[in-house]
Amino acid sequence: MTPLLEARHVTKRYGTNTALSDLSMSIDTSKPAITAVVGESGSGKTTLARMILGLVPPSEGQVLYQGQDMARLSGPQRRQFRRDVQAVFQDPYEVYNPFYRVDHVLTTPVRNFNLASSRAEGRTMIENALRAVGLRPEEILGRYPHQLSGGQRQRIMVARAVLMKPKLIVADEPVSMVDASLRATILTSLRKLTDEMGISIIYITHDLATAYQVSDNILVMYRACVAEAGAVERVVKHPQHPYTQLLISSIPQVSTTRDWLDDEGDQKTAATPSPHGCRFVERCPVAMPKCSTTLPPLYRTEPARAAACFQHEASPELPNGALNEVLTPTA
Amino acid sequence: MNAILKVEGLKVEFEHPLGAVKAVDDVSFALLPGERLGLAGESGSGKSTMALSILRMIKPPGRITGGRVSLDGTELSALDHEGMRHLRLAGIAMVPQGSMNSLNPVIRIKAQFADAFRDHGLKLTSAELETRVAELLRTVGLPPHVANLYPHELSGGMKQRACIAIAICLRPKVIIADEPTSALDVVVQRQVMETLARVQRDLGCAIILVGHDMGLMAQFVDRLGVMYAGRLVELAPIAEIITRPRHPYTQALISSLPSLEKRGAMQGIPGLAPLLRDLPPGCAFHPRCPRAEARCTTEKPAVREVAPNQQAACHFA
Repeated sequence: MTPLLEARHVTKRYGTNTALSDLSMSIDTSKPAITAVVGESGSGKTTLARMILGLVPPSEGQVLYQGQDMARLSGPQRRQFRRDVQAVFQDPYEVYNPFYRVDHVLTTPVRNFNLASSRAEGRTMIENALRAVGLRPEEILGRYPHQLSGGQRQRIMVARAVLMKPKLIVADEPVSMVDASLRATILTSLRKLTDEMGISIIYITHDLATAYQVSDNILVMYRACVAEAGAVERVVKHPQHPYTQLLISSIPQVSTTRDWLDDEGDQKTAATPSPHGCRFVERCPVAMPKCSTTLPPLYRTEPARAAACFQHEASPELPNGALNEVLTPTA
Repeated sequence: MNAILKVEGLKVEFEHPLGAVKAVDDVSFALLPGERLGLAGESGSGKSTMALSILRMIKPPGRITGGRVSLDGTELSALDHEGMRHLRLAGIAMVPQGSMNSLNPVIRIKAQFADAFRDHGLKLTSAELETRVAELLRTVGLPPHVANLYPHELSGGMKQRACIAIAICLRPKVIIADEPTSALDVVVQRQVMETLARVQRDLGCAIILVGHDMGLMAQFVDRLGVMYAGRLVELAPIAEIITRPRHPYTQALISSLPSLEKRGAMQGIPGLAPLLRDLPPGCAFHPRCPRAEARCTTEKPAVREVAPNQQAACHFA
């Protein structure tokens, strides 16, 4: 079956800067799952999201929607794409026009896409979408953005996405601007969309802990490349790439064992980076001479996991384009 | 041991057409020399207002309506405008949340130090300034050439370190750090917190860390105060807070943190933080509290000692 979306050897450059380097993966929504894309600023995670959403074209390679190059979609295909793939962005403040009631962001898609045959039907659809994300319509409709909390506003954006009955939601840092106590609620409602409504989700974040909590698969990105990918349980519990290991050990845990500050942590090593070598070499505690000169490919260390590190050279190489083989559908 | 900073019955109110809003409501605590104290809570709980009011930096329509703050025996409300200006940075320094917005974008890092020294009456020759700045930058792990850079030439983590260097330039007795790492990614966060811990140890000053990340608190502070709706609802040594939180809100804050141990162990706090101008009667937390009983809806729990060194404002603590 043709996957909903497919990236083929996609590279994105901004000037001399490579934001994303030769990534191939497909998003098959017939087996709904949450895939987290994790990395620090500049890792290429947002570039990936924007390309999947068709907001920026790749510099090299292609993004295909149902087998068709995104750059060459016909009008009706583009319209269908705009329904199938929905976005939730980081800032729940900037996406609203402060002069309109929040209803506006919900009634506009209903009208533009003729989702309902009558005003009453549209209203029912909106109310159901709000309930699906754990909001009470009577507390939301008719309000202005400033009257609602950041968490409520962000869930309205999720409800707006749900309204379109999409196959895929791309959520770019959806909880990084809301209070820690509300993050759990929003992420739980995303999880329900996958489990109960069969919507696939790409969850872009810098927060590995929330990624672990909600997703099935994870891609760890570092400076435009995939460092490690696979089933989230394996990657987080037994990270195989030194960058993933560094990320995990950097998260402060609620525990009476206080070893966070004394940890060796991030050390600059003597290895010199080169444009052809591993991107992580200058921070890598286990760097070998060849890491400075050769970019490590992804090695398939386990059925549901691959890591781009020469430490795992003994494992078979994962062919570029076969990333999906290590990403499993939801259990 | 005598407290270095003492806060007693502090109250901050904001004028509002619908009546005064109590942002900080009768908060008391004592900070010991060299101690790391955390102040945790959701947005709107009053933790940042609390931090600003210690420095008497509340702007209208807000004002301090009661209570006392004293630093090393000096009552701050007795100080005049100039005295208070001198005490900021020299006595109590602040490391702000968004370092990108607190450094002056059009002057070099060195000049920002020079501003601070000049304002506190230190007359340094340019050679002396050069040496002092290089020394301060070295303390926070930055190379000396950073002195000649503009803020936009620094990464987020470097900017935050530059802010720490400015905060310690007059050897304060207390540093207030308001979510100093909330804009940084985890790897850089740990480096900045390590820097903060090291300069604090070298200086022997006390730190108040304001934030909502319970993981960070667990790893960094000695004692933790938890704020809810303007009140300090629990205050205890951090190990006690983690192993045996007395207030249900503290428990909820801990559970809302995503764990790396067990999947599906993350629970949000139901409901929303209350509006400060329209607080529920009785205990402000009762509409969201799993343990609430009839008594909680009418009777406001007082802050009381529930164990040695441990206080909480809950009927069941």
